[in-house]
Amino acid sequence: MTRMSSFAQVPEKDYLVDESGEPDFAAIHAHPEFLALRRRVLRFVFPLAALVLCWYLTYVLLAAYAPDLMATPVFGSVNAGLLLGLSQFASTVLIMSRYARFARRKADPMVASLRERAGVDR
Amino acid sequence: MNGDPILNVAIFLAIVAVTLFVVYRVSSANTSTADYYAAGSAFTGVQNGVALSGDYLSAASFLGVAGAIAVHGYDGFLYSIGFLVAWLIPLLLIAERFRNVGRFTMGDVVSFRMRQRPVRAAAAYSTLVISAFYLIAQMAGAGVLVSLLLDVRSTGGQALVIAGVGVIMIVYVLVGGMKGTTWVQIIKASLLLVCVLMLSVFILGKFGFSLTTLLDRAAAGNGHGAAMHAPGTQYGASPTSRLDFVSLALALVLGAGALPHVLMRFYTVPDAFQARRSVLSALWAMVLFYLATLVIGYGASAIVGSSAIISAPGGENAAVPLLAFEVGGAVLLAIVAAVAFTTILAVVAGLTLTASASFAHDVYANVLRGGRPKPGAELRVARITAVVIGCLSILGGILALGQNVASLVALAFAIAASANLPTILYTLFWRRFSTTGSLFSMYGGLGSCLLLIAFSPVVSGASNSIFTNVDFHLFPLSNPGLVSIPLSFLLGYLGTVLGRDRPDPRLADQLEVRSLTGIGARPRP
Repeated sequence: MTRMSSFAQVPEKDYLVDESGEPDFAAIHAHPEFLALRRRVLRFVFPLAALVLCWYLTYVLLAAYAPDLMATPVFGSVNAGLLLGLSQFASTVLIMSRYARFARRKADPMVASLRERAGVDR
Repeated sequence: MNGDPILNVAIFLAIVAVTLFVVYRVSSANTSTADYYAAGSAFTGVQNGVALSGDYLSAASFLGVAGAIAVHGYDGFLYSIGFLVAWLIPLLLIAERFRNVGRFTMGDVVSFRMRQRPVRAAAAYSTLVISAFYLIAQMAGAGVLVSLLLDVRSTGGQALVIAGVGVIMIVYVLVGGMKGTTWVQIIKASLLLVCVLMLSVFILGKFGFSLTTLLDRAAAGNGHGAAMHAPGTQYGASPTSRLDFVSLALALVLGAGALPHVLMRFYTVPDAFQARRSVLSALWAMVLFYLATLVIGYGASAIVGSSAIISAPGGENAAVPLLAFEVGGAVLLAIVAAVAFTTILAVVAGLTLTASASFAHDVYANVLRGGRPKPGAELRVARITAVVIGCLSILGGILALGQNVASLVALAFAIAASANLPTILYTLFWRRFSTTGSLFSMYGGLGSCLLLIAFSPVVSGASNSIFTNVDFHLFPLSNPGLVSIPLSFLLGYLGTVLGRDRPDPRLADQLEVRSLTGIGARPRP
């Protein structure tokens, strides 16, 4: 989990704790690893959250103002509206799993490394 | 309905006995505020996720959404999509950060780097108002359910049942605290999921696992005919009703992640990783649940028929019980009824716990006692508050008998999205956000929402209003979200930019670091 390679190279003084051994939040906040983590996480979650809202609101507006389009038959008695509705379920599952993978693979190791430096989990 | 009231009551009492036993067994360590509010943060993500879906899937979802699909077709389905998609917001933006920053209540997070007293007080007021709306809706729902299932038609009889529900719920909360309440939610959510999945598989099987057959038969049984499969049967009547639907959709999608009893669930797990797993598990449960309600709703239209549903006592809410009776006789009806009752019990218990925590932790311990209450006093206040809230909700539920339950729940979502969400997001992601900004946003969102509701068709001027004999409605929409949510975001921005106070940069650093990494978060006790 922790990135031992980079961790092994840093000298003792790079531990992000103050004199009393508590985490030094200002130092962590300014640390390149924290800045990288923040950039990475926010660049992932903000566009995705915006996408979720836009996609959902598009669907809602179509349902409210283009009912004829939604009533277009696709196959059998299944119409475009039902398929679009079910696609909201599909996109929800897709976004869930994308985020879970991102968090597990990208964010969690960076967090673990920072926690190590700050003297938590030791 | 031709169910057997004695069988209904027997199965319900059996479930209540099991839950009370479980609550009693797990309650041994319910002695500190950390136990009472957050179950010692010792649940796993999956357990908490199931409980989270239990908190969220109220009787309004179980009976209301399936019933709406049975009667209104596609427009009912739209409702369920909002409830589901809404969960991506807490997954992506809120859950993990809440766990890292806070300890017991929403007030912990939004007051973290602000002036404690005013911000905590505002957070507590909005928590109490939202819980009140939600609680009264659930209690009134219990009244509807009982008229439907136990054949209790007299107001006195319904009031007695509501009081009974209230008393059991108070016992859950007092004896079990968060740990007991969580186990009640887990039991209830599991029962609910098994119940809807079995019903939906049965219905699919009955129509040869053919979606087209199910849809055609549903249309044949529905008053709208094939038009039920397109949007507009319920919301498409006029430009106002369309706008009202957009407003409702916005409130649903933004409100779910800001409901105080949902937010409080993130504290019952040890860390952010488990908080994330909680939301992921809850989302899986809800994907299955809402797909099942779609099948059940269409099934009810096909098998029971929409006119029989509308003319039954309880109207739309009767769709699932009627369907259960048609396909499984009195026994299945009794099981469905018992699950619906347990759902109400569990949800009101969660709400009461949240409201009592918010009052005791935010108002009593931090606002009135400056963060230094006498040992044991905070827990005592929390328990007394739970009893008071329980009694008030019994009273409110009795007064609200016969009110439109679903619209009350939708209003709770609108208030949560207006009063809580902007402040939560600004606090977590905007360094400059200040005390003035959070007070503007919380009081502005809460106030504008309540004001718009008071002058909306929900309260007066329509055939299903609370007051039908007077008309003082000025605002055309039943749901205020479309106006109050953007207004609250704007007020939060204006309060921050125009206010004289500047946030403490040290606390801002700490909040950012802590929310992303959990460094400095309180360890498990």
